Amino acid sequence: MIELTIDGIKIKAEEGTTVLEAAREMGIIIPTLCYHPGLSPYGACRICLVEVVKGNHSSLEASCTLPVDQRQVILTNSEKVTRARKLIMELLLSSCPNSKTLQDMAANMGINKVRFKIKDRGCILCGLCVRFCKEQMRSGGIGFVGRGTSRRVATAFDVTPEECRNCGGCEWICPVCEKACMADSLIDGLCGGCQNLVPVETCLVCTGCSESVGPQGHRVY
Amino acid sequence: MKRLRSAVELEQLRVKILNERKPEKPCISICGGTGCHAYGCENVAKAFKNEIKRQGLSKQVELKVTGCHGFCERGPLMVLHPQKIFYQRVSPDDVSEIIAETVIKGNIIDRLLYVEPVSGEKAQFEEDVPFYKRQQRLVFGNNGLIDPTNIEDYLAIGGYSALSKVLFNMQPEEVIEEINKSGLRGRGGGGFPTGRKWESCRNALSSDGIRYVICNADEGDPGAYMDRSLLEGNPHSVMEGMVIGAYAVGAHDGYVYVRLEYPLALKNLGIALGQAREYGFLGQNILGSGFDFDVKISRGGGAFICGESTALMASLEGKVGEPRQKHIHTALQGLYSKPTNLNNVETWANVSLIINRGADWYSQIGTEGSKGTKIFSLVGKINNTGLVEVPMGIRLREIIYDIGGGIPRGKKFKAIQTGGPSGGCLPESLIDLPVDFDRLTKAGSMMGSGGMIVMDEGTCMVDIARYFVNFLTEESCGKCVPCREGLDRMLDILTDITEGRGKKGDIELLEELGGLLKESSLCALGTTASNPVLSTIKYFRAEYEAHIREKRCPAGVCKALITFMVDSEKCTGCGVCLRECPQEAIFGEKKKPHTIDQSKCIRCGLCRDSCKFEAIIVA
Repeated sequence: MIELTIDGIKIKAEEGTTVLEAAREMGIIIPTLCYHPGLSPYGACRICLVEVVKGNHSSLEASCTLPVDQRQVILTNSEKVTRARKLIMELLLSSCPNSKTLQDMAANMGINKVRFKIKDRGCILCGLCVRFCKEQMRSGGIGFVGRGTSRRVATAFDVTPEECRNCGGCEWICPVCEKACMADSLIDGLCGGCQNLVPVETCLVCTGCSESVGPQGHRVY
Repeated sequence: MKRLRSAVELEQLRVKILNERKPEKPCISICGGTGCHAYGCENVAKAFKNEIKRQGLSKQVELKVTGCHGFCERGPLMVLHPQKIFYQRVSPDDVSEIIAETVIKGNIIDRLLYVEPVSGEKAQFEEDVPFYKRQQRLVFGNNGLIDPTNIEDYLAIGGYSALSKVLFNMQPEEVIEEINKSGLRGRGGGGFPTGRKWESCRNALSSDGIRYVICNADEGDPGAYMDRSLLEGNPHSVMEGMVIGAYAVGAHDGYVYVRLEYPLALKNLGIALGQAREYGFLGQNILGSGFDFDVKISRGGGAFICGESTALMASLEGKVGEPRQKHIHTALQGLYSKPTNLNNVETWANVSLIINRGADWYSQIGTEGSKGTKIFSLVGKINNTGLVEVPMGIRLREIIYDIGGGIPRGKKFKAIQTGGPSGGCLPESLIDLPVDFDRLTKAGSMMGSGGMIVMDEGTCMVDIARYFVNFLTEESCGKCVPCREGLDRMLDILTDITEGRGKKGDIELLEELGGLLKESSLCALGTTASNPVLSTIKYFRAEYEAHIREKRCPAGVCKALITFMVDSEKCTGCGVCLRECPQEAIFGEKKKPHTIDQSKCIRCGLCRDSCKFEAIIVA
């Protein structure tokens, strides 16, 4: 067993687990976007950053890919961590402003302005669909094409490949491709609707059904 | 050729080669590097060949087309051995005269000599040229002596002797110890101690004992070409280093990952591999020692990110070239999840030198934390463009002024960018900074693979930052958010500033983004990508502020912020600018001051460049 300290609490974790898994086991909340327990960790969205303290200095690491290590000291909610997460969230919002998942997360983080140009790409390139297709459905019908800002998820040569069984898994796992918000235009990159301004009527148990979210909030069942 | 089966056979072959060669026989060495190719060295070489044949001198004179000599600014270059007479800007028309006068009679042809621009002194011999004089060309200097397509040339200067020493007289652990002691650090950018990397690769667990060594020749920095020149000019030195490394870590398979854009390097490397196999320096039972090792060449697809070790390995495996988190080092789990030792071309080329001359000798060169020499590609606003090899710890001033010959047209030095696109820009106040890994990093730049771009007073630092961020935005793999989106938004802000749309708070936002990239990106491309922005803000903040507050570009570069005007006192009305202007925006009578129609002017700057009287003012 590996002994480490997360947010001041000494815990034991099995070798081979990640810091994210160990922290969640303890009930510590670390936001994630590109992580899914059933898929291999990818480390792309960087929203799960934690601070790793080594003596006098510390560094930020993505907890989903960081293996637990003996005598590791981790802070999941330090100022350094929240500052970086908020800026990353701002970047994500500016490239995918119509996602409820992102807007909710931003509201939770207390972001009240997006300072960057809005460039709606409709995708955060978290790669969940690509990994789901390959690792769970054993298909590999979709993948990443291009690099830099022209990177996108696509099928080879943009033709539906034989491997695709139309399972819909890619759509199911996507954190951002819900129906776009029908509310008024965004204020400073934030929707300002359900979470920020208007009290929201939600189901007793929110299953994250991704139903259309208008100014009225979720549909109540 | 029969494969060599022992160290004795190698030495016998070397003696035979040396006996056949006469050191006093004139040998014309022509630089055949890519730079000189652009100047047309191929025609010069052809002319020499024909002339030698025509005069029936084939037996008396030797002709050698070698790799890059380094002084690219003055190509095509030639050196006449054994005297080492140095001619520059040689054209095919000069060839018959060179043969008749210099080769046969021994007379110097004055007009082909290099003239020092400041003192006007002429240099007859290669070692007298100030560009070469201050260098210490341990790794790169052999380029001028070797025909890269002929392995015997490499053997003649003692090639593969380090390999035979290692195979027959040293244990792998001793080799690693020697490299450790030498203090050699990775020349590709990271500066990781090479010996330690080898050691952890050797000690790493591998269930089936398979280990790999890789040579990283995916050199993508704009303006940097030392790896290319080594592969083109002296591929066997890289090969020898790789075989020694493979022996040390216990690998039997190696890869050279070469950029697609390096056709000559690929060709010469391919020939070298073939010859090394034929002579028994590669393949089964190398030199009869029982050690097996072979190398495959893999060509990159043109992505800058594939120079990053994990992305390179992904690409080698046939996957998309994107990096992964390196919590487990590639030395433990690299290519195909096997322990893999990856080093850069220049690092490999240093290995045989260390083995031959000893770690104690090697570690005397350089500074405390950085040993040996480093090849830099000196480009930009500098008189002597080219490749320079200098000991670590040399001051920037010596590189720029003593070797580089200063700034052209008497302009003032403004900044130097070291370490490729992700390096920082260092201002004049740091010109006496000793160049080594740690000091450059501390100053906000980095060693990188060794690019050095010199900038003069006519360079706008905001525009430079924008240029590099633009390059990196396109070359980021796009996997992690800070690098992909952060760089893109940085580019937006920088473009706004250079186009006059900068606003208060932009500098602070750039600093915030830069900090985020540094702290939270996945790979080294992201963590260093903000260096050009952060360093220019640090050292040239006033220039950013002038762009934002006063909508003014002090260097006169940013087109949206400048106007071109004619100084009526200096203008002689010669009409050159009028003819050059592509927009026909300049008018005026002959011999009378001209004027520029601002509504037509596209601020291309052709008028300023063409004016001999400096009568075009930029404001």
